[in-house]
Parts: sequence; C-alpha cells; structure tokens
Amino acid sequence: MSDATGQPRVGVYVCHCGTNIAGVIDVKNVAEYGATLPNVVVSREYKYMCSDPGQELIHQDIHDLRLDRIVVASCSPLLHEHTFRTATEAGGLNPFFFHMVNIREHGSWVHTDRAAATLKARDMLRAAVRRVARHRALETRSVPINPDVLVLGGGIAGIHAALTLANAGKKVYLVEREATIGGHMAQFDKTFPTLDCAACILTPKMSQVKSHPNITLWTYSEVTKVDGYVGNFKVEVTRHPRYVDEALCSGCMQCVEACVYKEGRVPDAFNYGLSKRKPIYMPFPQATPSVVLIDPEACIDFKSGKCKKTCIEACDRDAIYLKQAANVEEVNVGSMVIATGFQPFDVKRTPYYGYGHYPNVFTSLEIERLVNASGPTGGEVVGRDGKKPKAVGIIHCVGSRDQHTNKWCSRVCCMYSLKLAHLVREHTDAEVFNFYIDMRTPGKGFEEFYQRLLNEGVHFVRGRVAEVTDWAHDRSEEGKLVIRVEDTLIGTVRRIPVDMVVLSVGLEPREDAQDVRRLFNISCATEGFFLERHPKLAPVNTSTDGIFLAGCCQGPKDIPDTVAQAGAAAAEALALIDAAHIELEPNTAYIDAEHCSGCKTCIPMCPYTAISFVAERDRVAVQKAEINEALCKGCGTCVAACPSGSIHQNLFEDDEIFEEIAGLLETAG
Amino acid sequence: MSAPAQAGPPDRYVYFPGCSLKGTGVAYEESLLTMFRKLDIGVDELEDWNCCGATSYMAISEGSAFALAARNLALAHRAGARELMAPCSACYLVLMKTLDYRKRYPSVDKSVREALDRAGLPATNGVRVRHPLEILYNDIGAARIKSKVVRGWTGGRLACYYGCQAVRPYSEVDDPHQPTRMEQLLNAIGVPTVDYTLRTKCCGGSLTGTIPTVGLRLNYELLKESVRNGAEAIVTICPLCQFNLDAYQGQIRADIWKALDVPVLYLTQVLGWMLGGEWRELGLNRSISGVSVLKRWFSAPKEKEAYV
Repeated sequence: MSDATGQPRVGVYVCHCGTNIAGVIDVKNVAEYGATLPNVVVSREYKYMCSDPGQELIHQDIHDLRLDRIVVASCSPLLHEHTFRTATEAGGLNPFFFHMVNIREHGSWVHTDRAAATLKARDMLRAAVRRVARHRALETRSVPINPDVLVLGGGIAGIHAALTLANAGKKVYLVEREATIGGHMAQFDKTFPTLDCAACILTPKMSQVKSHPNITLWTYSEVTKVDGYVGNFKVEVTRHPRYVDEALCSGCMQCVEACVYKEGRVPDAFNYGLSKRKPIYMPFPQATPSVVLIDPEACIDFKSGKCKKTCIEACDRDAIYLKQAANVEEVNVGSMVIATGFQPFDVKRTPYYGYGHYPNVFTSLEIERLVNASGPTGGEVVGRDGKKPKAVGIIHCVGSRDQHTNKWCSRVCCMYSLKLAHLVREHTDAEVFNFYIDMRTPGKGFEEFYQRLLNEGVHFVRGRVAEVTDWAHDRSEEGKLVIRVEDTLIGTVRRIPVDMVVLSVGLEPREDAQDVRRLFNISCATEGFFLERHPKLAPVNTSTDGIFLAGCCQGPKDIPDTVAQAGAAAAEALALIDAAHIELEPNTAYIDAEHCSGCKTCIPMCPYTAISFVAERDRVAVQKAEINEALCKGCGTCVAACPSGSIHQNLFEDDEIFEEIAGLLETAG
Repeated sequence: MSAPAQAGPPDRYVYFPGCSLKGTGVAYEESLLTMFRKLDIGVDELEDWNCCGATSYMAISEGSAFALAARNLALAHRAGARELMAPCSACYLVLMKTLDYRKRYPSVDKSVREALDRAGLPATNGVRVRHPLEILYNDIGAARIKSKVVRGWTGGRLACYYGCQAVRPYSEVDDPHQPTRMEQLLNAIGVPTVDYTLRTKCCGGSLTGTIPTVGLRLNYELLKESVRNGAEAIVTICPLCQFNLDAYQGQIRADIWKALDVPVLYLTQVLGWMLGGEWRELGLNRSISGVSVLKRWFSAPKEKEAYV
C-alpha cells in the first residue's frame, strides 16, 4: 500500500468533540501542524470524528489518497479505539494500522491554558504519526466463552440474577457467605409502598433457587481465589463446615429441640440480637437450604468436648458430623455477577443518638424484626423494657447526607421510614414523629404513600436531630427520651418527648468490599461501593470484562431497582454467552526462537504461567522458552525481563515505542 | 520539652495560666500546681504572658484575638518550649484555633506574622498546645498516677463534667461526644463516678451574667441531672464551668430548687487530694457550694482556717 518510495502514507484526523476539545485546544492549529509532519498525506479537523460522516472521511481518504496509516486525535481509546479501528478496516486496511491520540482526557479536560494545551496536543500527535509508521498488521484472537456463570451473593439481587440465568438454560453457581440465602430482604416485614409481605414474595424465589436443576447453591461459602479472564474464569470456593451434612439434614429441627441448652443463649443475628438462639440452629424458619448448622463458638462440645451430644442422638438421619472440615471446590465459569449487597450504617458512630446507652433506642432494622409476626416478639412493638410505646420518634438520615459519617443519600430510608411509621402506628396506636431533612419519594407510588401517611396523622418535623437524651426539663419529660431538634419550618428548637426512638440507618459498602474488589480485580468508587464501567451507559458492567454488578454493592437502591439491575446483569452475561466467542486484543508476547538462549529467566516472572520451557520436541533438543498465546494477557513483564531481548510484544514492539518517544521529545517545529 | 517515648512523661511543662487561674479559678491553679508537684513534675509559668484572646475578643476583633494568642505561643517558642500547657478551656480553645487557622488560612497567618514581627517575636507556628487532662491521660497515664496515690477515697460518687470547649471542635483532649478520660483516671485510683449524660452540655458560659434566665436554667439542668444520676459532687476541668456551677447555686436555691447544694470540684483537686495534697494547697477552702460535704470528704482543718 505504500507509495513508490516505500514511505508510509498517513492520514491525520483531529476531533473537536463539540466544544469538549475545541473549547480548550486550537484544533485547527493542531490539524494544520499535522499536515506539516513527515509522511502525512492529509490532515483534517472535524466536529465529531466518531459520527458516521466522521468515519466516512476515513474510508474515503483511504480510498482516494491511498492512505495506509491512520491517526485520530480525539478522546480516550477506551471509548472509541474500537470505532476507529473498524473504520480503518472498513477502508480496506488492517485495523491495527491505526493509532489513537487522547487529547481530551489527557488534554482539554485537564488543562485550562489554551496555548500550552495546543502545544501538548501537537507533541502527542507528532509522536503518534511516528509510531504508526512502524505498526504491523495483526489478527485478533478469538476464544470460546464458557457458558457457566457464578453469582456471588444470595440476596434478592443474586437470587434474581441466578434464576434469570438458570431459566435461560445456563448453569449457575450461587455462592452465599451466610448459611441461608435471602439477604436483608428476608429480614423485612413489609415492602414499600405497596405494603406487601416481604417473605411472601421472596421465599418462593428462594425455594426455586434450591430446586432449580441448573443452579448449584453453595451457602456458608466464600470465593477465595479468582484466576483467568472473560470467558474462562477459574474460581475457588471455600465451603465452611456447618458440622451438619447438608445432603442428609431434612431441617426437622429435632436436634435443636434436643440440644442440652433448653433456652437460646447466643444473640440471634437474624433478629439483630433481639432474641437468643441455641448453638445448633436454623437461621430462620424459611432458611434455604433448610439445613441446621452448629456454631462452634457456642457449642459446649467444641469448647470443652464434654457435651452429652443429645443432638446427635436425636438425629435419625445421622446428619450431624462434628468433625466436618472446610471443603474447597473449584469451578470454571465464563462470567460472574457480583451481588454482595450492603451493610447497615453502624449507629455507634452517632453516639449523640444514644443507641446502646438508652435501651429504647432501636435501629430501623431492629424495628423490622419487631413488627414481624415471626420476629422475636411475635409482632409486638415493645421497648426493651417490655412496654408498648405511646410516642415514637423516627430519625431519618442516620449515617446518610452527613459530613461527619457518610455523605451520600441512601435512597431507601425516607420510604422505609414511612413504612415503619405506618406499621408502628398499626401495631401500637402510638403517636409517631418523623424527623427528616428532605422527604425523597421519587419512585412509582412513593409520593402517594407519603400523602397517605400525612393523612394518617403521622407528624413530620423538618430538621436534623441534634440529640436523643433522657434529661428532663419538666415533669412531662420525666422518664422519656427527649428528641432535641431544630424545626427548620417554624425556626425554633423543639424538645419532643417519646418512649421509643428509631434510627433510620443508611446503607454503606460492606466492610470487606475492598477485599472483594481485589479478589475480582474490579474497582470501587471513593465511598467504597463497586464502580460500574460507565455511570450512564454501562451501569452493570465493571472495568473487568465478564464481571457484572447487581444490587446495593454498586450503590444504595430499593428492591425494584435491585431486581431490575440483577435482570440487566443477567442479560449482559447472557449476551456474552450467546456470542459464544470473544475477540481478544492481539497484544500478546511472542518469542524470537532464534535468539532465545533458554535461560528460563522469563518463566517464573509470568503471572499467568503462560511460559513453559521446551527441552525437546520429537526427540530433538529444543531448549527454548515458549509462550502459550491463549494464556498470555499481554502484561509485558517477560518482555522487559528477557536478557537477550528475544521476547517481543504485539502492539508494543520496541521500535514502535522508541519512535513514539523520539517523536514526543523531538523539538516542535 | 517532650521526652522520648520510652522515658515516661517529660519532667517539666511550661504553663499558661490565663486570667481565670489568677482570678475566679485560683483554686484550679493551686490544685494544678500541687498535683504536678506530687507527681514530681515541674511546672514553669510562661513569662510575660498576656490575655489568651478568648471571649469577646474573638467576637469583636478576630485579628487581635489571633495575635494575642500567637504572642503567647511565640513567647513559649522563644523560651525553648515545644509545648504549652493551657488548663483553662477557653485559653486552650483559642490557642488551638490560632494554630489551626494559621495553618488553614494564609490570610490569618500573614496578619499574625506581621503582628509578631512588630513585636520582635518569632513567627513560627510550631508550639503544641496541651490540656492537663490530656497530659494526665497520655503522658503520665493512670498507672503512674495510681502508683503515687497515698489516700483512699472517702467521698461519694462524682459526675464528670467536661464542658464544651475542651472537647470541641478539637478532639485531642477526648472524644467530642462521649468523653471518658476523667472517669477512666478517677476509676483507676478508686474514685467512683456516675453515668452523666450532660457531660459536654453548655454551662451557660457568660450568659449567667448577661441573660441570667437562660444561663441559670442551663446551670440548673446540669446540677439537677448530676443529682438525679446519683452523684454527690461534680468534677470539672474548666474554670468557667466550675465558677458557673459553683457560684450561682444560691440564686437557683432562691428561684427554683431549695434543697440544692452540690460541691463543684476541679479534677486537679480530686487527684491532688488522692496524691497527698492538703485542704488549703488544693484551694478546697475556696469552694462556695456544698462546703459541708467537702469538709466531710476532705477532712478539713479547723473551722477558722477554712475561710479565705
């Protein structure tokens, strides 16, 4: 394709990106400068290079001017490298005869000095023009995609994603850390704004998961190792011992009845410590799988070895096995959905609301359990003193929209506080006060629910509560919890005595989100929720191909949004699986066998064990290193390590890099 | 001044009394000096100190307030000190604020530098401000204090009252919302304390003088709640808090609550007593309220000596 002299014929295209680039960089000047560079046959500027007419310019010029190299100076390669490679290919060239210069994210968006930014763009363009001349024709690699999917987390997000995938005929591994699936939703009483019973809509889905032929459910299990890449992940799952054989236990509870502890002794996590459970227990009646487990921290036999083991006697299926050990499973999957959820804000961080100090200060989740008919009080809303409250204060935004704790709005608290206000009134007939900063009710039927509560006679006080205290100003406050608040609508400080305080806690990233992030090689936003690839256009993708997000691990959201996102994550995984193959960048390393001395330096350096040493082949001595292209991820470590310089890397050849550096350092003309 | 970490507390501190410890809070100074003497730690009064810049200064002329505070810190620096102990909460706060604002706002730093320049003082901003409670807790430690205790506690239970300025907004002295260091130190040497919810609530500040209806009300709440929580005396670390709570009980008795008579002590008086200090050298003779209780607890000398 080169002209008669053998020189490359380069086309340069500088994009305005509307005013995104042209607002800071003198695009015309950069394009004119491009025309003066060696080997450049044509240099143009255009409003939007990524548009159809923009791409058309490239094909047309390749055709008319016999171009054989293309450089586009525009945005990040993450956005449009693929677009322009395709345009290059459409013009009849190998797509890798293209190079992209990022003058937006690395130029106009980070600079304000027009002259300096323009100069920098010229420098970067010059480097690219020199580099592209050295580009070689390459072929992309195609690898098959394993159709199996791993879903991490068995809350409503993970359950919905797993069922969607399984119903589409895909094999799913659902891994849950707790002993049962169900997540936070299983602890809720009713759901807003329709007030339908959370368990009634959740438990059928839980049973479907358990009985679905395409779903392998591993509860009490954690992912401990992840290897591989999109289409071909290898995942290690550690299954913690529950000291009960899951296959044998029928959930008849006779062992629990028979336990030497006649009463529960251990705070029950499912009820947030409002009730006690035994060392052998079922997390809650509808737990899935319906299998008991033993808490070795509490079981006498684990502590002293001196228990009568009445549980074992009681089990007619011989399911209890105290010597059970952790079990490691390894599975191969092509894609994964991360749905690890949230943790509620720790109210110890707002000591001025008196949680832990005054017994009748509760968190919203504790109230969810109290209003629940199968909860610790059988649905009675009573204080820790056993008394039914006559007045209840619900404090919104505890650990949300707060400069001292979490800055974000947790999105669900206004609505669940309204729901709890309604339920508490229904259960107790108490006067209920809601203390809010702003009422945020933007969902379907949400505002109507707020109106309903106003009509029901719930009080709304606008202002962030300063403190909850027990010091009384006068007799009416004696023995009460006093909520001190600035009522910003009437412009005065109020003291409102109540019998029970509910702290509407916000949602925050799980404590170990950073560990999960590292394990799966995905990213977290500054506040710690997992980061989607693009906030608008790739909301369930992550920066790692083949790993998708669903539910509150990506940010606070309510149940409808969580389910919608879980469906979207499943659909993304299905799209990937249906494509059957994935094209990989040809950026792999390769060995120039002639120069390889067989020193083996590269072999231990490779993080992907893609390099092996071939001593002989067909009984002929070889004594060379060899790279398995399917395993190579193009990190370049071996290229840098090779003492004889005989390992090369596609797209990052030495001469390509040196030309680019030389171009960058060349004094501007 | 600060000692190497392994060598225990420094053997001397430079001390900024401020106006209170020479006036209404003289019992604080007396007990503070006695306590440190009993702990074998020297205390040197800062030479040529001036007003810290607190109260109305900060409200009327912020620039002057910062300059006044900075002068005291500069004097300490010139004297070779790296730390300055400020027992009065108002002094402590204004000194801390000056350090902080000079770091945070170049304009404040600039005007302070100019003022110090004119006074011929070094413009550095490197002297650390220390509060005695934090020194007792961090530098000296409960174990060392306990090892020097010579008395058993014969008094009743105490409500620890921290006030606002020592713990907010700077939190080096203790937790801003639930401070516990006074309780920890006292409990460690066998002095019982009660759970006192209002430990950082407003004592009324200068409102007791300017708008007595508001100030006395706040005062009354603090005193009443201490009694309700089972305390027989209040122990504090701030001279204004101590003065407000101690001095107006007569007024409250006349207006609201006849039976009120609660002693209000300094932490340094209680620790000083346990370390072997005597009635007069701890300024216990200067208390206004709850005198009969104090006489019982601290085995006061003969009647005539107990008067100022």
